[in-house]
Amino acid sequence: MTRRFALLMTFVLTFGTGMAAYASEGGEPLIRQSWSFNGPTGTYDRAALQRGYKIYREVCSACHSMKLVYYRNLEALGYNEEQIKNIAKDYTYMDGPNDEGEMFERPGLPSDPFKSPYENDKQAAAANNAVPPDLSLIAKARPGGPDYIFSLLTGFEEHPPEGHTLLPGQHWNHYMPGHVLAMAPPLSDGQVTYEDGTPQTLEQYARDVAQFLMWAADPYMEERKRTGIKVILFLLVFAGVMYTLKKKIWADAH
Amino acid sequence: MASGEREPFQNTVVEWIDSRMPIFTMLQKEYGVFPAPKNFNYFWNFGAIAMFMLATMIATGIVLAMHYTANTHMAFDSVERIMRDVNGGWLIRYIHMNGASFFFIAVYIHIFRGMYYGSYKKPRELLWILGALIFLLMMATAFMGYVLPWGQMSLWGATVITGFFTAIPYVGESIQTLLLGGFSVENPTLTRFFALHYLLPFVIFAVVFLHIWALHVTGSNNPLGIDTKGPQDTLPFHPYYTVKDTFGLLVFLMIYCVFIFFMPDILGHPDNYTKANPLVTPAHIVPEWYFLPFYAILRAITFNMNLYFIVGLVFLFVLIVEFIWRKKPVYLSASAGWAMLVIGGFLILTGFTGDSCQRIDPKWLDENGGFKGLCGALQSLPGMSAAAAPISAKLGGVLAMFGSVAMLFVLPWLDTHPVRSARYRPLYKLFFLLLVVMFLVLGYVGSQPADASLLGIPLIYLGLAGTGYYFGYFLVLLPLLSRFEKTKPLPESIHQAVLSKQIKVEAKI
Repeated sequence: MTRRFALLMTFVLTFGTGMAAYASEGGEPLIRQSWSFNGPTGTYDRAALQRGYKIYREVCSACHSMKLVYYRNLEALGYNEEQIKNIAKDYTYMDGPNDEGEMFERPGLPSDPFKSPYENDKQAAAANNAVPPDLSLIAKARPGGPDYIFSLLTGFEEHPPEGHTLLPGQHWNHYMPGHVLAMAPPLSDGQVTYEDGTPQTLEQYARDVAQFLMWAADPYMEERKRTGIKVILFLLVFAGVMYTLKKKIWADAH
Repeated sequence: MASGEREPFQNTVVEWIDSRMPIFTMLQKEYGVFPAPKNFNYFWNFGAIAMFMLATMIATGIVLAMHYTANTHMAFDSVERIMRDVNGGWLIRYIHMNGASFFFIAVYIHIFRGMYYGSYKKPRELLWILGALIFLLMMATAFMGYVLPWGQMSLWGATVITGFFTAIPYVGESIQTLLLGGFSVENPTLTRFFALHYLLPFVIFAVVFLHIWALHVTGSNNPLGIDTKGPQDTLPFHPYYTVKDTFGLLVFLMIYCVFIFFMPDILGHPDNYTKANPLVTPAHIVPEWYFLPFYAILRAITFNMNLYFIVGLVFLFVLIVEFIWRKKPVYLSASAGWAMLVIGGFLILTGFTGDSCQRIDPKWLDENGGFKGLCGALQSLPGMSAAAAPISAKLGGVLAMFGSVAMLFVLPWLDTHPVRSARYRPLYKLFFLLLVVMFLVLGYVGSQPADASLLGIPLIYLGLAGTGYYFGYFLVLLPLLSRFEKTKPLPESIHQAVLSKQIKVEAKI
């Protein structure tokens, strides 16, 4: 019985995981980091998320939109209602039409999505050679997720290796599939001021913003894992009870 | 479901209903006292597990449909809205998304179990065919479901898969236009896929009902593959198998939940978290994992089948029918058979080489751009050009893929060996396990880019070998084994087999 069970498990797991491994091609192997949210009980580091948001707000948001994230969602980073209202009202939104039929500008509200830097994709493309991708889901949309983001942000090379030439507006990166991208190195040491004494290095910035983007892509991860542990425990107990019951019922079967 | 003899129920409400419509009598008969062979192993759990998964998919799917918007401008964002703003939406969606994978896992194990223990053989052929039909419907449903989130893989997967229909001569383009509701994957495609994705599960449900109906007429097969001979061989379904099925289901659910809660996106593709963009093609387009073996078969045919090749293939098929399927050849003498084999083999080689020459390295061309030597000679034969080939590589791939699913439907007539279970058929067991391995290898090949190689061997050869084995298993090996395989002695009855096993176990203790 145990042997057969082991066989069955192997079968299921082979099917489940073996085939899901899709390789990412064209870039170097990513730098694997240890993240606070790894593992079945992992959680987000709130301080790192706040620092990551600061980097997004001060640097990334100049070109990249995050249309799926709302200011109200920032509560999960540990900001209170008052702070969120203050953050949102720094941005101006076009609203309307009002009762006179006019469009009007108003300060942002917690119920607004993150303000996009461009009106539309054409404008974004015209300003950047290519449309900077929306970052709401980027950590899920790239193989390697946060490791990819960290590697990409720290993996720029000023001069491409021998035999490669770059066109104007192109940049060389070790981890970008195909190595060439339109984005210039966005972060450098000391660029963003941290108030909590965290080192202001490129590595630290990249780590923080990668965590923030992971949260943005998967805001329910903590709740999901917490629920998961309860569900698995429940199933374990239930299965144990059923196994005992099965033994008991089958005792007189043969 | 005859309402003739009926035991009255104690409970008055139950009795009131049952005397008007004997649904409780029916349930009692089909799920209460229904006699099931007493020697099922845990592989017999997967029918019930698949049923549970179907119910789960329908239940979660209906909730998702309440929040989903089938419009190319809104579909992607509406799914993200479910993930972010709908209460418990992330859970419902992850259950549904991973549920598709686990439904297929359960069904694949269920199918391979049926093959291993010969459950498709007389008198269960119709039961098996209904099962194969369910599998086919599941494939269509899953394919359309994957398009709905309108990510990059949704769009491009749909583009690639529907593109294969254009390979069908004369009507291919029209079929593709009909499927898509236009000339490319666009809003009309999304809306019709949504409508059909909602409809088909209920069709599946209906066919599952027929499947179970047929099962309850013939009764279940069992690991020994021998018929039940009386009450000493069976146990009432309840409580013996209700409790065993529940336990098995819970273990299955545990694995399923590990995926839902701890790695919900691992079975999907990262590209599907990028909104569909018709102007950007992903680096390599792969279908969901459960289609990969069939995708590999589709891509294994990289050569055009010209007239020489096809005639050779027909010769070969006639030989298989005459000398392998039939006990005695009807139309051909042995010498005619040998002659056909030689000619057929020669034609296949000629056709294949002639076609391959057209995709050959340019260094084999002479200065004038013509072909050298053998290639040149083959090229000058009439009907050798790729354009003249009646079956293009693309059509060949489509035929192979549909053919591979069609094999399941005709399986009961390919394997006519009177012994069902692989336990008593050592050769069958070997070849079957090899088929499972080949199926997994094909899955691996399907997951890789078309030009990938493993240990220096281009994967297309591995794909072609796997495809060859797959069809060889069904068309040649099974009929041969049906005629010649010597089996191990079968036990007298299920009861005796179970008893002697118990005695062995007790002796060990």
